[in-house]
Amino acid sequence: MADHWITQSKAAADAHELKRPVLKNCIKAFLVGGIICTIGQLVTLLLMLYFPFTEQTAGNPTVAIMVFFSMLLTGFGLYHKLGQFAGAGSAVPVTGFGNAVVSAAIEHRSEGLVLGVGGNIFKLAGSVIVFGVISAFIIALIKTVLFQLGVI
Amino acid sequence: MVPMFFWAFIVGGLICVIGQLMMDVLKMTPAHTLSTLVVSGAVLEAFGLYEPLIDFAGAGATVPITSFGNALLHGAMQEAEKHGVIGVMTGMFEVTSSGISAAIIFGFIGALIFKPKA
Repeated sequence: MADHWITQSKAAADAHELKRPVLKNCIKAFLVGGIICTIGQLVTLLLMLYFPFTEQTAGNPTVAIMVFFSMLLTGFGLYHKLGQFAGAGSAVPVTGFGNAVVSAAIEHRSEGLVLGVGGNIFKLAGSVIVFGVISAFIIALIKTVLFQLGVI
Repeated sequence: MVPMFFWAFIVGGLICVIGQLMMDVLKMTPAHTLSTLVVSGAVLEAFGLYEPLIDFAGAGATVPITSFGNALLHGAMQEAEKHGVIGVMTGMFEVTSSGISAAIIFGFIGALIFKPKA
C-alpha cells in the first residue's frame, strides 16, 4: 500500500517539485472534494429520513459512515489511486482521515495484531488528533476562564 | 434540499482547494496541512463561525477534517458550561467519539480482511 504520502518529508515534497500545475490541482481537488461532501450530504439526508437524527445531530453518524466507505475503498486499493489524482480533494475530507488509519492498520498487519495494528493504527492520523485536541483544549480553557471571570 | 447539496459541493470543494493551495503554494506536507486545517476548525468555532457554516452547507462543513476541530471544541465547551474547567477534559471527545471509534473499528476490521497492496 505504501501510503506514505501523508508523512512524506519536506525534502521529498521538494524533490517532487519540478513544476506544480497549481490551478489544475486545485480544480481536481475542488471537484473530488465537492463530490465527497455531496455524498456525505446524501448520507446525512438518508439518516434524517430513516433514522431519528436532526440536522444538528446527523453530522457524527455521517462521519462514521464515510469512514466505513473509506475502509472499503482503501482495502481494495482504490483510495490510493484517488489520492494520486485528487491530492487534497481526497485527503481533506474525513475519508482521508479514515484512509490514513485503515491503510496504516493494513500495512502493519504483518507485524502482528498488538505491535503492528494496535501500535501503528494512528501512525499517520495521530498528528491530526493530537493537534485537534491540543488546540480545542487551549481554546476551551481560555473561553471557560474568561466566562467564569465574567469577561464574556 | 437541492440547494443544500449544491452548497455542500461548493463549500466542501473550496475547503479542499484551501488544503491544495497549502500543499502546492506554501509547500506544506499533507500532515502539516491536515493538522493546520483541524486547528483552523477549532479557531473558527472559538469565534462561533463554524456552526453557522454547518447550518449553511451541511456535509460541506461536517465532512472536511476542519469539522473535527470544531467538534472537539464543541464537546469541550458543552461540558465546560456544566462542570467548569474539569468539563474541558471530560467533554473533549463527547461529540467526536463516533469518528474516532469508527476509524479504530473499521481500521481494525480492515486489517483483518484486507491484504496490503504492493
